[in-house]
Amino acid sequence: MKRFALAGNPNCGKTTLFNSLTGSTAHVGNWPGVTVDKRDGVYKKCAEPVAIIDLPGIYSLSPYTPEEVIARNYILDEKPDCVINIVDATNLERNLYLTTQILEMDVPVVIALNMMDAVERQGDKIDANELEKRLGVPVVKISALKEQGLDNLMDKAFNESQKERRGSTVLKDTPLAHLINDVRIALAGQNVGNPLFHAIKLVEGDEIEVEMHKETLPMVEEFKKTFADETFGNDFEALVADGRYKYISKHFAPVLTRKSKEKFQTTRSDRADKVLTNRWAGIPIFLVILFLIFHLTFSENFLFIGTFAEWAHNPLPTLEDLGLIVNGEPINYGVRWLATIYDGAIYSPGVIVNNIWNDMMVGELFGWIGGLIENSGMQPWAIGLINNGIIEGLGAVLSFLPPILTLFLFFSILEDSGYMARIAFILDRMFRRFGLSGRSFLPMIMGFGCSVPAMINTRTLADDKERTATVRVIPFFSCGAKLPILTAVAGAIILRFAGGSGNADLITYSMYILGIVVAIVSVLLMRATTLKGETPPFIMELPAYHAPQFKNLMAHLWDKTKHFIKKAFTIILASTIVIWVLTHFGFDWTFLEDEAINDSILAGLCKFVQPLFTPLGFGSQLGTYGWVFVLAAVAGLIAKENVISTFATLGACLIAANIPALSGFDPALLEDESGIQAVIAMIAATEITVPGLISFIAFNMTTIPCFAAVGTAKSELGNKKRFNGTLVFWLVTSYLVGAIVYTIGSWWWTSFIWAAVIAGVTCLIVFYNKGKINIKFPKRK
Amino acid sequence: MQKTLDKFAIGEQGVVKSVGGEGKIKRRLFDMGITPGAQIMLRKRAPLGDPLEITVRSYELSLRITEAQCVTLEVATDSVGGQAE
Repeated sequence: MKRFALAGNPNCGKTTLFNSLTGSTAHVGNWPGVTVDKRDGVYKKCAEPVAIIDLPGIYSLSPYTPEEVIARNYILDEKPDCVINIVDATNLERNLYLTTQILEMDVPVVIALNMMDAVERQGDKIDANELEKRLGVPVVKISALKEQGLDNLMDKAFNESQKERRGSTVLKDTPLAHLINDVRIALAGQNVGNPLFHAIKLVEGDEIEVEMHKETLPMVEEFKKTFADETFGNDFEALVADGRYKYISKHFAPVLTRKSKEKFQTTRSDRADKVLTNRWAGIPIFLVILFLIFHLTFSENFLFIGTFAEWAHNPLPTLEDLGLIVNGEPINYGVRWLATIYDGAIYSPGVIVNNIWNDMMVGELFGWIGGLIENSGMQPWAIGLINNGIIEGLGAVLSFLPPILTLFLFFSILEDSGYMARIAFILDRMFRRFGLSGRSFLPMIMGFGCSVPAMINTRTLADDKERTATVRVIPFFSCGAKLPILTAVAGAIILRFAGGSGNADLITYSMYILGIVVAIVSVLLMRATTLKGETPPFIMELPAYHAPQFKNLMAHLWDKTKHFIKKAFTIILASTIVIWVLTHFGFDWTFLEDEAINDSILAGLCKFVQPLFTPLGFGSQLGTYGWVFVLAAVAGLIAKENVISTFATLGACLIAANIPALSGFDPALLEDESGIQAVIAMIAATEITVPGLISFIAFNMTTIPCFAAVGTAKSELGNKKRFNGTLVFWLVTSYLVGAIVYTIGSWWWTSFIWAAVIAGVTCLIVFYNKGKINIKFPKRK
Repeated sequence: MQKTLDKFAIGEQGVVKSVGGEGKIKRRLFDMGITPGAQIMLRKRAPLGDPLEITVRSYELSLRITEAQCVTLEVATDSVGGQAE
């Protein structure tokens, strides 16, 4: 099958073209070792089916960014049958800069002139025939969005792919032409493929080429000694880049005739930008947009209608008030639907979708399957495994699909519209203090929803170390699944230790803030030690604003859904089964009922590691039943939802186990879903202190996130060593945070010790970085 | 009159004379079209004063002040500078 590669600048409509060409056959795959997507799909309307490969969006073929190296190596090594170079007609000069580099390779090329409609709307004209003549390769006008000109484009590409093409360069009129030609002949003599391309890169002094063609290098160096340009001196990289742009301005740019003679026009996009990145209003507008996104996704009080009604001393009735729900049961099926939208306040769209998915679809389906299994007459352990293990585990994970998709949809809209780049623009200054660029803000804030899409989003970061640092701190932005842990423990603390008076939300909020503080400290620390490096540059295109495309958004969402479902049915399913088996079988492999969890393999293992958590306040000091907190934390490593379900199981088991401290505890109280009563039972049984409990939630929040996030981190980081380092980092951080919280909470004077340790470490790092002390290699005279 | 890009007032225009800076940054500036002869207008500064937004080769580009310091331009005499900070 012939292979056509799509190459072009970021944001030139490449993905849209790819989707239009391949339709639903597209699938996403990862390049080995590099965390940039390469997609491929099949186009079927040519004489024979053609594989379409979507290369990463790039501005140049320099050796400096991973995307550029990937695209370049693909064309050089995999030798596609044709390269379709997409050129954004609204931005001709910069797009053709990449074209001049692609044309130097010995590969058939077709130019797809995209976004012609936008050019014509402005009243400008491009003479495509003239451009074709000057470039020497076919130029086809297309609209990827409206799917116009695509068949023509593919016919031309198919035609070209049957011919041979030798590379050609626009540098033939520059003083470098002579040198380039000599090097090209020398390389061709050595049977090097693409001699022209390699010759030019070698003249530029490109790191990759210098490494590859060591024998030819002396020849280039010899020539360079005698060469001195009046503007650039001996800077050949600059000479080449300048040569390209000069040629483009002189020979290619004139094919465009502008209606307006004004050099710098003001478009509609510029006017929008004037408001959105306004010196004074820019940041407030951004905060409002951010708030709206989270409000629309998570709020159970849409537009605060419920609150306003309360202020007006006319609160909206709950469904119970209306007599539609009696004793917690809806009176009919219609009420169940109503309850997904309204109960004393109107829910936000995100919550409604969530309720419909969970209460009416997944819940129903799994309930029905559960019922079938229950009555199937299987062995009790098999029923338990399927119903309590697999179905509950899958249900817990699938229940997170709606909020993840809703958040993802909003962020896709921001990205497609061009506003995302402006957020980075607005916030860059603030983030530079921490050694990051403004672009890393977005993945971090997405972390409040779910770490998985947040980590995937770090692909937009150009710098490898910045990406690693960002992936590592994303879990500290407490995700949706961690919230129930916070509310359950906070609620239990207030009820048990403050007699019910006090604000549990205050504890929850402070934990969120603790997470942010830990993230900031960690980034500073990493950028000063293991991930040292210069602040990545911020030379970034700010694309024109445009309305997001419905089709694109849906494609994004569908990709995301597939990815998530695949994960739920593989790694998470497997881990759920393992956990269930380990909590329901003893060391002699006999099946245990829920009450006997204390004798299970996992309980045994947890008792074994329990002493490790003593400095965190939930270890040995809690006595016989202290392992329950360890087990909850360990279960949380699979999925944070597990912590709450483990609370419920353990609470019931503790009461069943007849502990004196729990006599008179009403088991019916455990029915509440928030887990507060279960935590109270655990507190009573273990006599854990308040600092111990806070340390427990702080530990859960900052430790290794769920399996899904760990798997995502692994694929995003690519590098195995870096991934292992990340796991260690999470463990050490959470242990330290837990220990600090517990010791300072229990004995306030230990804060002085911690302060001294932190000051000491800071001094050590600062002095080490300044070269005042040298730990590894002590200097001796 | 020549000055570096970071010294431009909002709305001021100029023609690039030379581009300096360390290899990787200079190459990136070149790749994005900031080469000698290119016309540039400073559009705005971010709310916190940095980075800057410029128009070059009829598109918008953002870069930091430290990166803008690498770009020296000849100020266009007819440009509408000094629109105020």
